[in-house]
Amino acid sequence: MGGYILKRLVSAVPVLLGITVIVFLIMALIPGDPATAILGSYATPENVEKINRDLGLDKPAVARYFIWLGNMLTGDFGRSFSLNRPVLDEVLERFGATLVLAGTSFVICSVLGIVAGAVSAARQYGLADKAITFAVLIGISIPSFFLGMMMILAFAVERRWFPVSGMYAIYGGGDLPDLARHLAMPAVALAVVATGVIARLARSAMLEVLRLDFIRTARAKGVPERRVIWHHALKAAMVSIIPVLGIQAGFVLSGAVYIEIVFQWPGIGRMLVTAILQRDILLVQGGVVFVAACYVLFNIAVDVVQSLLDPRIKT
Amino acid sequence: MTPALRLDGLSKTFPVGKKLIGAARGHVRAVRPVTLDVAEGETLGIVGESGCGKTTLARLLVGLEPPSAGRVEIGGKALDNADPAAFGRLIQYVFQDPISSLNPRKSIRSILEVPLKRLHGMDADERADRIREILASVNLREEFLDRFPHEFSGGQAQRIGIARALAANARILVLDEPVSALDVSVQAQVLNLLAALKRKFGLTYLFISHDLAVVEAVSDRVAVMYFGAVVEVGRAETIFAAPRHPYTKLLADSAPVVGRPLTAPEGKDTELPDPLNPPPGCPFAPRCPKATNICRAEDPALEKMGDDQFAACHHPLDAET
Amino acid sequence: MTRFLWLLARNQLALMGGIVLVLVVLVCVLVPVLPLRPPDVTNTADRFLAPFSDGHLLGTDHLGRDLLSRLLWGTRLSLAVGFVAAIAAATLGSAIGIVAGYFGGRTDNIIMRGVDMLMAFPYILLALAIVAALGPGLLNALIAVAAVNIPFFARNIRGITVGIAHKEFVDAARLAGKGHLAILTTEILPNVIPVIVIAMSTTIGWMILETAGLSFLGLGSQPPQADLGSMLGEARAALITNPHTSVVPGVMIFVIVISINLLGDGVRDALDPRLRSGALSRPRPATNVRRESVPQGPGEGVLDIRELETQFHVGKRIYRAVNRVSLTIAPGECLGLIGESGSGKSVTALSVMGLVASPPGVITGGAAFHEGRDLIGAPYRDLRRLRGDRVAYIFQDPLSTLHPLIRVGEQLAEAIRVHHKVPRAELRRRAVELLGAVRIPNAESRVDSYPHEMSGGMRQRVAIAMALANEPEVIIADEPTTALDVTVQAQVLSLLDDLRRERGVAILFITHDFGVVAQMCDRVAVMYGGRIVEEAATADILNAPAHPYTKRLMDCVPELGGGRRKLDAIPGLPPAVDKLPPGCAFAPRCDKVREACRAAPVAMTRAGGRAVRCLYPETDIAKDPA
Repeated sequence: MGGYILKRLVSAVPVLLGITVIVFLIMALIPGDPATAILGSYATPENVEKINRDLGLDKPAVARYFIWLGNMLTGDFGRSFSLNRPVLDEVLERFGATLVLAGTSFVICSVLGIVAGAVSAARQYGLADKAITFAVLIGISIPSFFLGMMMILAFAVERRWFPVSGMYAIYGGGDLPDLARHLAMPAVALAVVATGVIARLARSAMLEVLRLDFIRTARAKGVPERRVIWHHALKAAMVSIIPVLGIQAGFVLSGAVYIEIVFQWPGIGRMLVTAILQRDILLVQGGVVFVAACYVLFNIAVDVVQSLLDPRIKT
Repeated sequence: MTPALRLDGLSKTFPVGKKLIGAARGHVRAVRPVTLDVAEGETLGIVGESGCGKTTLARLLVGLEPPSAGRVEIGGKALDNADPAAFGRLIQYVFQDPISSLNPRKSIRSILEVPLKRLHGMDADERADRIREILASVNLREEFLDRFPHEFSGGQAQRIGIARALAANARILVLDEPVSALDVSVQAQVLNLLAALKRKFGLTYLFISHDLAVVEAVSDRVAVMYFGAVVEVGRAETIFAAPRHPYTKLLADSAPVVGRPLTAPEGKDTELPDPLNPPPGCPFAPRCPKATNICRAEDPALEKMGDDQFAACHHPLDAET
Repeated sequence: MTRFLWLLARNQLALMGGIVLVLVVLVCVLVPVLPLRPPDVTNTADRFLAPFSDGHLLGTDHLGRDLLSRLLWGTRLSLAVGFVAAIAAATLGSAIGIVAGYFGGRTDNIIMRGVDMLMAFPYILLALAIVAALGPGLLNALIAVAAVNIPFFARNIRGITVGIAHKEFVDAARLAGKGHLAILTTEILPNVIPVIVIAMSTTIGWMILETAGLSFLGLGSQPPQADLGSMLGEARAALITNPHTSVVPGVMIFVIVISINLLGDGVRDALDPRLRSGALSRPRPATNVRRESVPQGPGEGVLDIRELETQFHVGKRIYRAVNRVSLTIAPGECLGLIGESGSGKSVTALSVMGLVASPPGVITGGAAFHEGRDLIGAPYRDLRRLRGDRVAYIFQDPLSTLHPLIRVGEQLAEAIRVHHKVPRAELRRRAVELLGAVRIPNAESRVDSYPHEMSGGMRQRVAIAMALANEPEVIIADEPTTALDVTVQAQVLSLLDDLRRERGVAILFITHDFGVVAQMCDRVAVMYGGRIVEEAATADILNAPAHPYTKRLMDCVPELGGGRRKLDAIPGLPPAVDKLPPGCAFAPRCDKVREACRAAPVAMTRAGGRAVRCLYPETDIAKDPA
């Protein structure tokens, strides 16, 4: 087991390097002069030169890449000019908030999606199946940012069940119940699409598995139907569901950008959008690389879970 | 006399666990050097159990896989290893699964036209004539031409597969389990058709199958494969009746035969050796009742034993048994 | 194509989605000629007019612009951008996927590593990075959305292509002289296109959402240009005071996406052959039973199948797989059931314990008596209690019939546990004992193996052990050695034979191989076209077959030791059980056929221990001393 984890970690190194290369290349495409963007059009030549030197823009691209990479490895992601603070500090702080939101959503959509899909398959063409299929269709068709806005209207403005926005109350908040109250709406809004996708997939994976020969064997042994569905079939179906959970985690993380904007959640998505509009390149670079790296690690964890479930994987 | 087909030290090794850069972790010797001659007009049967390398051998013969070593000669001329089309005119292949060997989205006509167009450059009129001729020879009606593969039964689809092989006008056909996907009552139809075609066009067959009785019924000579190598070659009527290699005997004794009481012919480990980690010496030694130290140390070569019979064994069985 | 459209139209939801989508597209096309107010002209005096106000059907936004006009112009733009992005992503992604999948090897490796790299980003990060580099703007948003979706198409299509590239027809095309390009375009592509269409139809809605999303963030279309996302983004500030400015574009996005999704699902269902044939139905725990007449019990022997009728109802077709089959198995007896594929032998076996997949299977008549009670009509609870306990099964392919993710010991233990309360430690001991009984070496360690760690022969031994676990009276073995190599088959057969004699268990042995029947079975029944055509002691049938089919089938099969010979083939094909002739099913292929054979169903004639369903049998069973 430990060997497998180590192997996967080692194999992630080229992927992580690839990520930095892609980010660096995309950022190198940026037209115009970052210094002008930072200083505005009234910049003096001396100041432009200083900024360029600070950003290392006077060196060739390959050298710039390695300097940037080296700095990141030592924890120096540079300094955000728009916030005037180290990029890493800002990213870590904001990522924490995103993690709370996306993590909660991910748990909701995984559990709900798998259960809904399995129930739907077990009751194929029954009432529950039809209801779930219909709900799923709505869920995957509604834009999360629009859903979030409508939830605010319905549950924060019309009925004041939840706060309109933010992560904590400005006065006297900060405890867990407060967080939960703020978290409820954005987490649900964010989870809806992924729940739908996972439920769909889980349903078809279960239907696929329920036709297989070993299900017939289980029935021929006299295994009760409930156990056939929830033990034999679900276990086998998980093999195709788990990789999709990994992909959906990326979608949840992505959807968080919209939700953070709608609910004014102080997460990294909102930070990135602001940084892009302000052309704060170092902040964008740092944020993207950091989140992508975390996502890579998460997917390794998914693979490890998969290998625990499926003994055929370990090689 | 030059043989119609000669395999000269033909072998295939597959790398395993290959990475983007760097060497493979291991090698599987799917086919160990095979040297065989097939005479003009002969049917050579090849039998063996799953994993013995018979299908890989077939793919080497028709150029679908390049061999790792050795070569294929047809009519005394060596073939270019890399070009299936060069093989296509001389040697053709009939696949095991008749349905999946036909593209589901193509009509029978367009399937049969390809070899005529690509290998022989015929124009439309010539093709139409030739297709009519071929269809008649495999006993299919012309109205089938505009239908699609899913409309046919397995037996009919296999006739179409045979027709395609005939269209290339090759003199040698490799038949890879051509009837194992078919029902018994249809099997015999296809086997008889193959025999008739052979007489009519003077073809040479390599008939690959796991079914001993079928191979015996259609072949002149039979080669028995085990773990990637030919372990015994002999005339069809004698090889199973008087096997020299213990593996051939095991095969013959295992086949269910009416009137023979049920016995397990061997009590030992029945597994093939691990292909990634083959034992030194004869690969059959762990299962062989006659194995001695030399068997576990040295892989025996194919040697002539009696008329027309060759076996690769240190302790061959007596001719009488 | 017409079939596809028909299937699509039959799907009401898809039709509805299609109609809505066509309407939306039509309106969008007509937008330039419709009498709309200019979408970008501001009029601060008329800010935030409510819907249905004078001259502004949907009201106005924060700059007093007409919402209806902006909505329709915006929809036009959003749809165009979404479609273009989808087509671009599908084309590029599929091209990459097909090339990687077809050539395989190093090409595949390098391309797919690149794709993996792109998929290592949560997709929006990549989109944001691209927009950050190119600058905000609708065209750049389009490029970003298309670019992030390319890897999804590439990976999906590559997987399909790999499957197709290894099909035998591709090899056949190479041998017929086709080059790589010809194979890619004429052999592979036609088979991949349906998958591309499916993938596109199910992701296009998603891409429209994504472009709207980027515009919503202010990174897509720039003011004053309206698309649905930017309208929603601009309206967000006034969400609480003037919700209609948000609701209007939001609902439009929802309507478009849901209709695309409905249509997309319809397209998928119509194109996917598996969904088309209804194969993705979940089989019920027990076969449906709709019997008109029920034979009376109590029945003889350990299992008495009487007048069993099982059918498959697929669409309007009825396949009479099992047609009034009667069989009796005495205690400790081995009864062979022999026939070609489609003869109904497996369905007969599965019907006994209600294991025929249903839908589409239905048992429409007959009974199966075990200890005086009818299994066919039994409620699921009772049936389950008997399954594996009194009547056990062994199936054909031992790899697919064992659960791949559960240790064999656990699977064995479960077979016992679902019927008897046994402590855990005892269960393990019993599992080891069973593995030993089927002569698996090192049973103590093998009990913790997974099925994939064993060879085919070993797995089938596990399956046999599982069938023996509760010491049943009957084992139904459905082609238990067909998937095995001949040397392994010999061992498994002799093991099965020893075990049944030791334990006195009766076996219903289903096979297509006369050699196997001869060695294993006491009695044989021959099936053809869903009916038993002959039944007798094994030796009688082998020495003097009475039914012409039996005789000719035996002549078809070469037997080892016969040397080179011409085989006697039976002309024609086995009957299709949805179009059975009124008379004898074998009549069209029989060389002894006469008028009477075709006229009416032929009854079973019984004499001594023999029975035959033929008017002109090969052997007179009444005279022949049985």
